[in-house]
Amino acid sequence: MNLPEPYIELDNVSFKYDETPVLENLSFTVRKGEYLGIIGPNGGGKTTLLKIILGLLHQTDGTVKLFGKDRHDFKEQYRIGYVPQRVTRAERGFPATVFEVVKSGRVPRLGFFLGFTKKDIEAVQRAMEVSGIEKYKNTLISKLSGGERQRVFIARALASEPDVLVLDEPTVGVDIGAQKKFYEFLASLNRDHNLTIVFVSHDVDMVSQETGTVLCLNHNLVCHGTSKDLLSDHTLERLYGGQGKRAHTH
Amino acid sequence: MLDIFQYSFMVRAFEAGIAIAVIAPLIGMFLVVRRYSLLADTLAHTSLAGVAIGLLFRINPVLSAIILSVVASLGIEQLRASRRVFSESVLALFLSGSLALAVVILSLAKGFNASLFGYLFGSISTVSQTDVWIIVALAVMVFLNVVLLYKELFFVSFDEELAQASGLPVRRLNFTIVLLAAITVALSIRIVGVLLIGALMVIPVISAVQYGRGFRATLILSVIFSLLSVLIGLFTSYYFNLASGGAIVLVALVIFLLSLAVSKK
Repeated sequence: MNLPEPYIELDNVSFKYDETPVLENLSFTVRKGEYLGIIGPNGGGKTTLLKIILGLLHQTDGTVKLFGKDRHDFKEQYRIGYVPQRVTRAERGFPATVFEVVKSGRVPRLGFFLGFTKKDIEAVQRAMEVSGIEKYKNTLISKLSGGERQRVFIARALASEPDVLVLDEPTVGVDIGAQKKFYEFLASLNRDHNLTIVFVSHDVDMVSQETGTVLCLNHNLVCHGTSKDLLSDHTLERLYGGQGKRAHTH
Repeated sequence: MLDIFQYSFMVRAFEAGIAIAVIAPLIGMFLVVRRYSLLADTLAHTSLAGVAIGLLFRINPVLSAIILSVVASLGIEQLRASRRVFSESVLALFLSGSLALAVVILSLAKGFNASLFGYLFGSISTVSQTDVWIIVALAVMVFLNVVLLYKELFFVSFDEELAQASGLPVRRLNFTIVLLAAITVALSIRIVGVLLIGALMVIPVISAVQYGRGFRATLILSVIFSLLSVLIGLFTSYYFNLASGGAIVLVALVIFLLSLAVSKK
């Protein structure tokens, strides 16, 4: 059977911060169309891993390949859309409309000194439609709720028409009802638009229910496989120590 | 024609004033949204040291102010990016250091206190034709830079981390903002004065922010407020024989208070 094309490949990747090992010998592959959840305890290296994939940090050892190219030679950053945990300037009265913020996501596709073409604006409109935020087009980003704002940041990431969407705990500070809708939206992006998604979360229940595959990270790779097979209480204990029992939500 | 324009020094003051009124809030906007407004005041003090050097060596003080504040701006950004010193501490360091340098040079060379007063608070009668050419030429350069790099400057100002992840040269863009701020401040000291230029870069912007518009609309509004402040300020300064910098900033403050009242929910 032919496996889908590899989009992100890590081979023996380690990262040290001031001689303290944060990640040790990580090897895994994310393939086209995959919906991967990365879970692990706080300080286990989840955000560091994302930053290495995004090129914000450089691994101390090992190799990272994106779309078959070494991370250092990879220049098509627009193929990876990133949704950060929070954007503090958006919460502190930054004077920008939703349209302006989403449009900025298209900038990595354009060259310096070049303006937005009709095609670029259409991509921005599409990203807003898919994310269901057209009605907020002229609203200031700081006036939106946490859930609405996260949709704007997804739209911003989609504006560059990426192949992979990387999200770092995007539901922090979002209420439960909005979280559910948000996860449904992500699932539809993966299912209906065949978008590859890498999602970092501390919410084990969400990951087990929503994502297809799971990577458990606590400095090294504790497990990697389909969510249903892997998230046993035994794995959680290995991942989180004695505190790792799943919080059941009946 | 109004009698005010019969005097060539007033015509020069208006030419230089309009150029400054356009670029000060353009750069100020990027400083305000990044919580970096104090940079303008720091660079103003560096410009003062530059003016003192210019007066001492008898070279055009606007030129020496531009050169010194550009050099200082590069130092500020380098030290800030190294993260060895907190951003606001870097500004405090350069602000007090520049003032100390200015004071020492002034005490070394006595006899130009009167002309220095003009640089501290702005003096419309001191703008020479050479100043006008320098101010207009560099103001056009600052304006074009902001227009051509607008989308990148907006992106970096809103979300620096994402801009970096997207492959934008964030460090070079940050240098560009600081560099343009340095040039703007140095150009403005003839009209607004060292002690008040920070206000012209910040107050029109925070007035425009009160109207709750998007980035581009706020930017345009802040330029309109700045132009109003400079034009009304220069007129009153001429007719009531006031220091131009003070008059301009007081008008900007009135616009801010009106904006606050109008936009109050």
